[in-house]
Amino acid sequence: MENQAAIKRLVDENGADNLVVVLGAADLEGAEIAAETLTVGDPGFAGPLAGVSLGLPVYHILEPEVKKAVPADVYEQQAGFMEMVVDTEEIGRKFKEIREGNEKS
Amino acid sequence: MFEGKKAIVLGERDGVPGPAIAACMKAAGAEVIFAVTECFV
Repeated sequence: MENQAAIKRLVDENGADNLVVVLGAADLEGAEIAAETLTVGDPGFAGPLAGVSLGLPVYHILEPEVKKAVPADVYEQQAGFMEMVVDTEEIGRKFKEIREGNEKS
Repeated sequence: MFEGKKAIVLGERDGVPGPAIAACMKAAGAEVIFAVTECFV
């Protein structure tokens, strides 16, 4: 909830155009809810982002597309360990869907 | 892809922590304006 307020403030201050959000949650379901919250608003209607559609592009650090954008040595050192634990292709598919759905709306 | 962007980083203790994601984003050319390590919702 505190983070929702902080992010809303950052969007107000910086505008949404040049912002991206990058998540690191290992639990895909939780990551999807967070992505949804930052795209179309808080689905639980409980926090500061209830009914607030920020429309931010949300990425997951373990998406193959994100991996390609980061220098390989840095990525291996910082996030490589989690690649073994999660299905990165699945994460990539889900987050792409969320971003594309956001563009259409 | 992230060059020149402002990045909000929401890491997680059980996944990839905030500072690790922030390091990746900086290396990819983004400016990290907010980084935490926890569960967002």
